[in-house]
Amino acid sequence: MDFRLTDEQLQVEDMVRGLSRKEFAPRAAQVDEESRYPVENHRRLAELGLLGMLYPASYGGSEAGPVSYSIALREVAGGCASTGVGMAVTNMTGEAIFRFGNDAQRRRYLPMLSGGKGAGAFALTEPGAGSDAGGLSTFAREDGDGYVLDGSKVFITNGANACVTIVMALTRKSPRKISAFLVEPGTPGFSVGKGEHKMGIKGSDTVSLSFEECRVPKSSMLGAPGEGLRIALSALDGGRIGIASQAIGIARSALSTATEYARDRRQFGQAIGEFQAIQWKLADAATELDAAQLLAFRAAYLKEKGVPYTKEASMAKLFATEAGNRACHAAVQVLGGYGYIREYPVERNLRDIRVTTIYEGTSEIQRLVISRDLCG
Amino acid sequence: MVFDLTEEQRMIQDTAREFARKEVLPKAAELDENSRFPDELIRQMAELGFMGIAVPEEYGGAGMDNVCYAIAMEEISRACASTGVIMSVNNSLACDPILKFGSEEIKREYLVPMASGKKLGCFGLTEPGAGSDAGSQKTTAVRDGDFYVVNGTKNFITNAPQADTCVLFTMTDKAKSHKGITAFVVDMKWKGVSLGKHEKKMGIRASATSSIIFEEVRVPAKNRLGNDGDGFKVAMSTLDGGRIGIASQAIGIARASFEDALSYSKDRKQFGQAICEFQAIQWMLADIATEIDAARLLTWRAAWMKDRKMRHSKESSMAKLYASEVAMRAAVKGVQIHGGYGYINEYPAERHFRDAKITEIYEGTSEIQRLVISAALLKG
Repeated sequence: MDFRLTDEQLQVEDMVRGLSRKEFAPRAAQVDEESRYPVENHRRLAELGLLGMLYPASYGGSEAGPVSYSIALREVAGGCASTGVGMAVTNMTGEAIFRFGNDAQRRRYLPMLSGGKGAGAFALTEPGAGSDAGGLSTFAREDGDGYVLDGSKVFITNGANACVTIVMALTRKSPRKISAFLVEPGTPGFSVGKGEHKMGIKGSDTVSLSFEECRVPKSSMLGAPGEGLRIALSALDGGRIGIASQAIGIARSALSTATEYARDRRQFGQAIGEFQAIQWKLADAATELDAAQLLAFRAAYLKEKGVPYTKEASMAKLFATEAGNRACHAAVQVLGGYGYIREYPVERNLRDIRVTTIYEGTSEIQRLVISRDLCG
Repeated sequence: MVFDLTEEQRMIQDTAREFARKEVLPKAAELDENSRFPDELIRQMAELGFMGIAVPEEYGGAGMDNVCYAIAMEEISRACASTGVIMSVNNSLACDPILKFGSEEIKREYLVPMASGKKLGCFGLTEPGAGSDAGSQKTTAVRDGDFYVVNGTKNFITNAPQADTCVLFTMTDKAKSHKGITAFVVDMKWKGVSLGKHEKKMGIRASATSSIIFEEVRVPAKNRLGNDGDGFKVAMSTLDGGRIGIASQAIGIARASFEDALSYSKDRKQFGQAICEFQAIQWMLADIATEIDAARLLTWRAAWMKDRKMRHSKESSMAKLYASEVAMRAAVKGVQIHGGYGYINEYPAERHFRDAKITEIYEGTSEIQRLVISAALLKG
């Protein structure tokens, strides 16, 4: 047992916290207001090596490892949750290509992703396949030296700004076999639909994708035929540490606003922080967020060690996103009317964090993963 | 960041788990039923070094770290929460303050026998009128030459009926309020020390709890811990460690609720399938398992900080608050998963429920923990 961060992890924390406070947080309200994808933030992340944290320098990555990645993502999301999720999905896409791709695929896409030429996207969800991801119906028909994709994907983060999208499609209907493909923008038959109007993370690019007679070469397959679901689930294990970290970042930010407000705001002749009603909310939120952080670090640590961490990642994601939602609710309540208006960031924090119990596996899916492990 | 246990930590986990399973668990129901103090278990635990885990070997302890202590506390409490609290009070509340604040002479005389488990300790802070408001002590100690003369009553004192030694808190200067509190090490056999009412409790029934009455008890000045007026500091610093022990006890109780419910849910069939196949039950199990892991990480973090001599008041309070509330939630769900069988004493679920409740109350209620945490946050 050793709860200390390494010097390198502390440096990452320092650097990214500084970046996020100085550059991302000040624009976060405007990004939200205008539902604008903050491409300038994406560029800054690339400059600092934060878009390829999970693969080596030989492919343009910074190979900082899962713990440093979790810290960096938390700090980015603390300033701007939309920038955080964009960063998370780009890193996840790159990692999947590194883990499952061949050398040609790695050489083509990884430097693009880490260098910020475009974002990475991960297209699994479909109109009829949400939690039941295996039930997707996008089909990839083998045809000569390629595959022809038909179908549609929804709720795809980074979809409009991606330089490469990992697309999951059926390559056989019975028995069902899912395979993964690397699809580039501009491929004939591949089109991007309109952006969704979301409750929060409005600066994140979320679109539907459609594939109509979209022809891709056989060399675009990621991994082996039929390996798609395994790739998806493995990517999501890591992704869940990312979303846990994002939730912790958003919620810590809300708690810090609420704590400061409780110190300054006076009612009934004293700072509202003197009332137990307020103290209780702060104490519970801080305790749960510390617990969430430890669960997320544990999952990241196991991943870094190369041992199985599926259950631990689900625990971290379930706990951090639920606790994070409670903390943001509490923060809005502490600020009262000021928590409901955009002058303070907590109303955005609450809208932003709401999605974290939904995407990359709802809380319900996390409980399924955990209880399956328990019940054997 | 390393989440693996050290060799020593794994070793004590194995030893404690094995001992708890073989020796403690089979007796837990009977101990509860008869409200019987487990003398024989305490003797065995003394031999294993469990009565002074984090006390250096030169003072009779096992010379391990506080993470080891937390680990062993969890395992013992998993089998029997009462045995757990007897152990926790001796380790955290009796040995630790003497180790930290006692003179060499006092350590030799009192710490060595307690840490080695030959003698048992208790902690006399609570009074009928001083619960959460521990600073409002009424027990007095008046200087008389090389002695102090102590008068007053302590209540809800865990281990008091069996204890040989008491770490006692008294008021030596009422005008100074909590800064007028002074701590002493008192031999329970001294003239003027007597036991009051033996409490009948909802749970942890094998742990004995009574009041202690002090009438004109002459305590040598050399038995003072720290200086006059240091008592509140001694108490608070001691409780920072004690809360790690109670958090670990709570995790042990939560695990008992969880593990029993999990195994029941796999065996019990309704509507043609094991009830663990239903999401209603799976959800409860998943939430408890997640919360137990979270509680343990908070607790081990606090223990790790104590080992490194870092200030850990806030972290101990977080661990104790969270772990005790998890123990209660786990116990509620454990009973629910058992249904009617959770309500009868044929299964241990109802005992876990009764045992869990105390962890939200003693060594600082959940409300006191929230005060400690929020004060740290608002101080910034």
